[in-house]
Amino acid sequence: MQSFRFSAEKLPAEAEAARAAVRAFLDSEVEAARFVPHRTSWTTFDAAFSRRAGAAGFIGLTMPEAYGGHACSGLVRFVVTEEMLAAGAPCGAHWIADRQSGPQILRHGTESAKRAILPRICRGECAFGIGMSEPNSGSDLAAVRTRAVRDGDDWVINGSKIWTTNAHQVDYLLALVRTGEPGPDRHGGLTQFIIDMAAPGVTVRPILDLSGHHEFNEVFFTDYRVPDAMMVGVEGAGWELVTEELAFERSGPDRFLSDYRLLVELVDRIGPEPDRFQAVETGRMVAQLTALLGMSASVARLLDQGIVPGVEAALVKDVGNSFERAVPEIARRLVPVEPSLTAQGEAFREALGGVTLRAPSFTLRGGTREVLRGVIARGLGLR
Amino acid sequence: MNTTDHAQDGSADEVAGIVLDQFERLLAQHLSPHVLAACDGAVGGAAWPADLWRALADSGLPLALVPEAADGIGLEASTAARLIRRCGQAALPLPLPETIVGAALWAAAGGGALDGALTLVPAGSPVRITQRADGFVLDGRTAQVPWGGSVAVLLVDAIDAAGVRHLVRIRAPGTVRDTRHNLAGEPRDALDLTGCAVAAADVRTVPDWIVEGGVGSVAAAGAFARAQQMVGAMETCLASALDHVRERQQFGRPLAKFQAIQHMLAEAAGHVAAATASADLAAACWGDPRFVLATAIAKARCGEAAGHVAEICHQLHGAMGFTQEHPLHRATRRLWSWRDEFGSDALWQEWIGRAVCAGGGAALWPMLVRLRAGAG
Ligand SMILES: Cc1cc2nc3c(=O)[nH]c(=O)nc-3n(C[C@H](O)[C@H](O)[C@H](O)COP(=O)(O)OP(=O)(O)OC[C@H]3O[C@@H](n4cnc5c(N)ncnc54)[C@H](O)[C@@H]3O)c2cc1C
Repeated sequence: MQSFRFSAEKLPAEAEAARAAVRAFLDSEVEAARFVPHRTSWTTFDAAFSRRAGAAGFIGLTMPEAYGGHACSGLVRFVVTEEMLAAGAPCGAHWIADRQSGPQILRHGTESAKRAILPRICRGECAFGIGMSEPNSGSDLAAVRTRAVRDGDDWVINGSKIWTTNAHQVDYLLALVRTGEPGPDRHGGLTQFIIDMAAPGVTVRPILDLSGHHEFNEVFFTDYRVPDAMMVGVEGAGWELVTEELAFERSGPDRFLSDYRLLVELVDRIGPEPDRFQAVETGRMVAQLTALLGMSASVARLLDQGIVPGVEAALVKDVGNSFERAVPEIARRLVPVEPSLTAQGEAFREALGGVTLRAPSFTLRGGTREVLRGVIARGLGLR
Repeated sequence: MNTTDHAQDGSADEVAGIVLDQFERLLAQHLSPHVLAACDGAVGGAAWPADLWRALADSGLPLALVPEAADGIGLEASTAARLIRRCGQAALPLPLPETIVGAALWAAAGGGALDGALTLVPAGSPVRITQRADGFVLDGRTAQVPWGGSVAVLLVDAIDAAGVRHLVRIRAPGTVRDTRHNLAGEPRDALDLTGCAVAAADVRTVPDWIVEGGVGSVAAAGAFARAQQMVGAMETCLASALDHVRERQQFGRPLAKFQAIQHMLAEAAGHVAAATASADLAAACWGDPRFVLATAIAKARCGEAAGHVAEICHQLHGAMGFTQEHPLHRATRRLWSWRDEFGSDALWQEWIGRAVCAGGGAALWPMLVRLRAGAG
């Protein structure tokens, strides 16, 4: 059997030092009431918070200093992100750029793109969105049709992207588009571009989610011009690049701490003297969460070593998402309440209401459960 | 050659490699399907594979986790955990896991090196200890003691009149009341310890890193061993299922090509990965005050995974996997037994849950951080 590349080494001292620093920062934020611990930490868009986090040195941690970063290990970033999530900090305005777009541009972008964009990401001033899905290309990402055609030193893009989280408030998208023929394995002819959302030729249409919230969008390109310098990687190598990007997207603690605050509020609601059923189920969730934290830190370590742990990342996301989906199901069995979004002051009812409405997206966004299991099966040598 | 010779010069990794290789050779030499069947109490076997035990003892493996200063090999706990997983993977019909952790616990309590096979007495009905002029005397009946009737030494947590626990070594076990087996046919004996005399040197203070929330040190050490063994047995199940679905053809193609089959294996792999991560954490906490909590988590997570992995892998093997002939049952019957030995997953979950609820929601994150600090 091919074994997975998880390992269990110690967190370096610099990671523990970073934990103390980010906690002090978050404490001061909460004390000054600059944010209220939020239940949707990494999707809550708060540009002012991201700028303060950038100024305090908590964004672009793994970036080289030459691009405004802090040249730390991935484990330092891991610790900072898990602390942000646990505190319910509103990280939506820097999360995608910090997690995947920035690292992708660093590895494969042109020098001018790196100079223009990376320092702004590190300052928390530059938000990114993910331009992968299209109306006819969801799980089957290789089917993208949005097309870029070369015109002198520019490319001209036509088509559309959909489900684009925060497209209405980000500065850039990192988009996967078609520049050539798919070829026999269907993975050819794709290229990644950095799309400037302020440039002419891009329009955004909001899509409300099932709870009426505006987070994702449809994005249309009409003769949108993008200079060569904004191409990421070489022409036609988009599939390999996107696979790499997904390893960053799928393996972090955000894949099982999306609604960590619900677990906290559940424990408080149960109180210090649980009955046996409550104790057993709470203990089960905590054991699962502890294992996930170990797996996720392991992937951060692999990414640091320059390995692309696609399968391990898929395992973290699949096991993590199952955990995230189970928490509200277990919570409602342990505490008999009716979930609500408008139960002012009843923190637990509100938390349960919010998570119930968000939970279906956990096993869709970033690759569905079924797609991830396919990736894992490939890693097991079955495909 | 004795592995302790290598411990002085080589780096920790080299020593680990040597010890694990040596264990592989011993298993290849002594652990045949015939031996496994002869030791399986579920089908009338009752052998103690003496040659294999002697070879293991000569190699020094039982003292893998005992520090060099106490005449052990002094392996890192993560390497010792790999040895114990290998025992689980191979369905080793001997209490080597019990001996590895028990000998290390005894050494940690200042008891020095031990000789011979050792077992851990699970925390069933409590064993009492009373001081007399010439030493101590025990009182209590124990059940489900792994290889209780075959080993040289028993370790037990005994409680004195003041309610204080002591770690006690029993070198002349009391009468075997009854010989039973777990679902895998491993001996689980009932022993009567009433009137069993122990010398003062055999009664030690329990090391403080392994005392927490009413859990006995022997029970915690046993739970640690079973968690590691379950990881190994789950690896065996998964490997067997992967081989099987690649070979077995139905509807004109290997089962592996069906998406439903792929997804079942992906789910099983997720459980194995999570169980392994929890067992790794427990190993990283051996010898420090987080050990009991980390072990509780590992036993709970591995036990939960064991149920899923055994179910999925049996389903994938079809009727063939339901036979005595196919070796899958050597792993799955052990998983179904080990889940419940030294505390079931539900028991450990309850214990964790009570600790978490008593601390309140705000204390949960600091607890999760403390558990992993310096342990990744
Ligand atoms: C909240 C949210 C935010 C998102 N944000 C972004 C974003 O910012 N950028 C972006 O590019 N995309 C985003 N997405 C889109 C997301 O990546 C897609 O939803 C996902 O890839 C699935 O595509 P789909 O919705 O078209 O479903 P489909 O691909 O049509 O799938 C529907 C169902 O069929 C299953 N299925 C599909 N193919 C197979 C198969 N071969 N075998 C078995 N089952 C299969 C799927 O698993 C799923 O259960 C977001 C989605 C959500 C819900």
